[in-house]
Formats: sequence, C-alpha cells, structure tokens
Amino acid sequence: MTRFVLPIVVFVALAGVLFLGVRNSTNKGTMPSALLGKPAPNFELPALGKPGETVTLAQFAGKPFVLNVWATWCVACREEHQTLLDIASTKAVTLVGLDYKDKDPEALEWLQQFGNPYDHVAVDAEGRTAIDFGVYGAPETYFIDASGRVLYRHVGEMTPEVWRREFIPRIKGTKR
Amino acid sequence: MNLLRAALLCLAGIALPAFAIDTTVLPNPELQARYENLTHELRCMQCQNNNIADSPAGLATDLRREVAEMLTAGKSDDEVRAYMVQRYGDVILFNPPLNSSTVWVWATPLVALVGGLIVAFVIVRRRGRLVATDDSEVRDDLAP
Repeated sequence: MTRFVLPIVVFVALAGVLFLGVRNSTNKGTMPSALLGKPAPNFELPALGKPGETVTLAQFAGKPFVLNVWATWCVACREEHQTLLDIASTKAVTLVGLDYKDKDPEALEWLQQFGNPYDHVAVDAEGRTAIDFGVYGAPETYFIDASGRVLYRHVGEMTPEVWRREFIPRIKGTKR
Repeated sequence: MNLLRAALLCLAGIALPAFAIDTTVLPNPELQARYENLTHELRCMQCQNNNIADSPAGLATDLRREVAEMLTAGKSDDEVRAYMVQRYGDVILFNPPLNSSTVWVWATPLVALVGGLIVAFVIVRRRGRLVATDDSEVRDDLAP
C-alpha cells in the first residue's frame, strides 16, 4: 500500500510548495533592483531643452527624489503620464525624468503636448545612466532618499495605487 | 538525399538571421573570443530566456557595447561580470554563483542523484534476496 501512497504524498507536498511560492510572489515577472539600499549611481547629464545646463546626482544631495525612466517610444509611459501629472500636482517630492534613448525634439513635443510633470529632465541618449541603475525596460520609477540611497524600484506603469502603497510611506520615512 | 539537403537548407534559413544580430568585431581574435564567450553567458534582461549575444533587443545591444568597450579597455572577464552583477544582480549570469540564496539550485541535482542511488540500491537488494530464498515459482514453470 505504501508504495502507492508515498509518491502521491510527495507529489502533493511538492505541488503545494510550488503553488504557495507562485501565489505569494508579489511582483510576478519583475525582479528586485540590485541597487536596493545602496547609493544611487552618479550621473551628470544634459538637461532636456536647456542647452549648456546639466542634471546631476550631486544637486539632489540631502534631498529625496523620485526618478522616472521614460521615453516617447514607450507605450506604457503614455499610460502612466496622467498619474505622474497628478503626483506632481501634490508636490510631495521632487520628480526627475530620465529621458531614455530618445530624441530631444520628440521628447520636448511630448511634454508640450501632454504636460510636464518633471522638476528636472535629464537626457540619457545612449542609455548609459539607465544601465548604471539596472534599468531593463521603461517605464521604471525609483525612489532615492535624502542620504542618496535607492530605497525602491517600480518596474512598469506607475499607478495611483502603487504610488500610495510603495512611494508615499517611503517619502514620509515610515517604510523602508 | 534530396530530402536531407532540403532539410539542411531549411535549418540554414532559420540559423542565418541569428548571425546578423551581432556584427561587433574586436581588435584581435583573443578579445573577440572572450567577447563572444561573455555575451553568451549574460542574460538579456528584456527577454529573459535569451543571452545578449542572440538578442536584437535595445538593452542587449547596449550591454554588448559595454562588454566590447570594457574588454577593449583591458578589463578582465571577471570585472565585466562584476560590473553587470552590480547593476542587474546575479540573475544576469546564466551560470549562477554559489551563495546562500543559490545553494539549493546547485544542491538539488546532487540530492536527487544520491536519493535515486539509495532507492535503486534498496530495490536491487530486495530483489536479490527474493531470488536467493524462494525459487519455487521457477521450478513450477519448468515442470511439464
């Protein structure tokens, strides 16, 4: 009898463990950032539409900010744009855009047409700063705290729910 | 024979586009070999079941450029791997390193092999005992 029962018990136990693992993984298909808790990578990039000006990590020293990686070729960026505008209107935190592998005229036209939620927009034409941040697909949104550490990364479209659940508590310092 | 030739041509047709993805040429054959080795063991993060050598994705192209530049600048293979892991995590390596979070990945085949050997050993021993102590059925079959 046991020779039939034992394999079934083992199978059910294994299936149960795998099922729980799949069900409990909160962000399916997205990977945690390798940078969490570590200092944000340094960057010094041209400011979009402002010849001669730059956007640098150093200028945010001592101030928390949100970095949103976007591009005009990115469909989900269009989807999240209204959410970013709503977030910007609350003035909860400095919002920095990283225009990723994009063309300046198109990016400027996009911001003109749909509104500009960003306090600063950095141009990462070759995608090198994005590689330093471990970006693997736009849009991605990072929160960097006042000490310059990356506390959170959201991959994919920003939604009001994600903003409320993951970003606001970290901006207020009640969640790490 | 014609059929075989047709099949080979079909296969060549499938394989050809793969050669067109990466046309990077490094200054010398030694660097080229290391470049090809590295790009085949780094995961394309956009299309996770492919390596960056065989992927036309934008990020894969950028990462190939980084690998080529680092090798040309005289960096070692391990420095290139460390650069990638620092940014994307261990997941970018198709050969995961042995550490506390990956120990089961490496241990499972060994556990399964040892477990299988134990099961096989027990079964063989039991069967061996059966034959040695009870041959009555064999004699019945032989009887006319």
